[in-house]
Amino acid sequence: MSKTSRTSITMPASAKKGAIIEIRAIAQHDMESGFRYTESGKAIARDIIRMFTCTYNDIEVFKMDFYPGMGANPLVIFTTVATETGTLEFKWSGDDGYEAINQAHITVS
Amino acid sequence: MKRFLIPFLISAAGFVMAADNPPKQKLQSSYELMTPENKAMQDDPSLNPAMFWVVDGQAAWNEKTGTQNQSCAGCHGDVKKSMRGVASQFPKIIHSKLQTLEGQINQCRTKAQGANPLAYESKPLLSLTALVAYQSKGMPIAVKETAANKADLQKGRQSFYERMGQLNLSCAQCHEDRAALKLGGSPIPQGHPNAYPIYRLEWQTLGSLQRRLRNCMSGVRAQQYEYGSPEMAQLELFLTWRARGLPLESPGVRP
Repeated sequence: MSKTSRTSITMPASAKKGAIIEIRAIAQHDMESGFRYTESGKAIARDIIRMFTCTYNDIEVFKMDFYPGMGANPLVIFTTVATETGTLEFKWSGDDGYEAINQAHITVS
Repeated sequence: MKRFLIPFLISAAGFVMAADNPPKQKLQSSYELMTPENKAMQDDPSLNPAMFWVVDGQAAWNEKTGTQNQSCAGCHGDVKKSMRGVASQFPKIIHSKLQTLEGQINQCRTKAQGANPLAYESKPLLSLTALVAYQSKGMPIAVKETAANKADLQKGRQSFYERMGQLNLSCAQCHEDRAALKLGGSPIPQGHPNAYPIYRLEWQTLGSLQRRLRNCMSGVRAQQYEYGSPEMAQLELFLTWRARGLPLESPGVRP
């Protein structure tokens, strides 16, 4: 894990069993596409997040590939069903050894 | 005779005033011109990417640096208290020199911390500016004309009304005379700097007012004012004075 950055998760802290909850996950990242050049004509190497996964009590509930066309500081909004009390873990990984991990707890009643 | 003269004088006075000071349009933040999605992005801290800079700025605020091994917090304490409303008064005259918020941060760095000044548009300077400006979010811009800033304000006003560049356009021709009309399909804003530093989607990053002004200058094919130059500060002062009363939205989001 050579590189990391800030991330932020927004989701309800509690929910009724079976309810659909919305999760917002944003990561601070320049998402350098690899298609740009410096003023002197040198190619700028691609440096993007490649993959995002969300596990809910160690069960994968969401997974997404990222591509060079995606903008900086990507925000992902998705939903899942609140099944049980526990921890959601979010993981971003990408070029140049980038990795960021964040967690959020939910109480299901 | 007197009965005639008085209304005439009043209307003449009214006319002269109108010519000097064209009737001011109702101040409108360019926020009002954005899509509901972009407005939501600015309003909701969980969506606003600029909040990353604010958090970075908070970390930098507490970090000791320079030959004096001093942090911002060492002098100013809690940013939420000490910096509340500060950004709404900049640019302002400090020790008889017109100072922008970025300029003042660098002044603190070199004088109080004994560190190197931060480069314009660098992440550390934008982060600190965003952090300080964020403490004034929602407060009206409070820049007034004073005896001290009068000369600089006048120079800024001149820049605003002066035609420049190969396209021979002044700021006022678009942002005053043609505000709310369209340029290339997009509405022309009144040009009020009430949300800086902004996260501009076109830039894919946070940027300062000076970066935005340089944008317009290159757009009219003019030679851009240098970052941190007195001309830049004077134009910034005039624009801020012109937008006085508008609430600050920093850090804003713009398309």
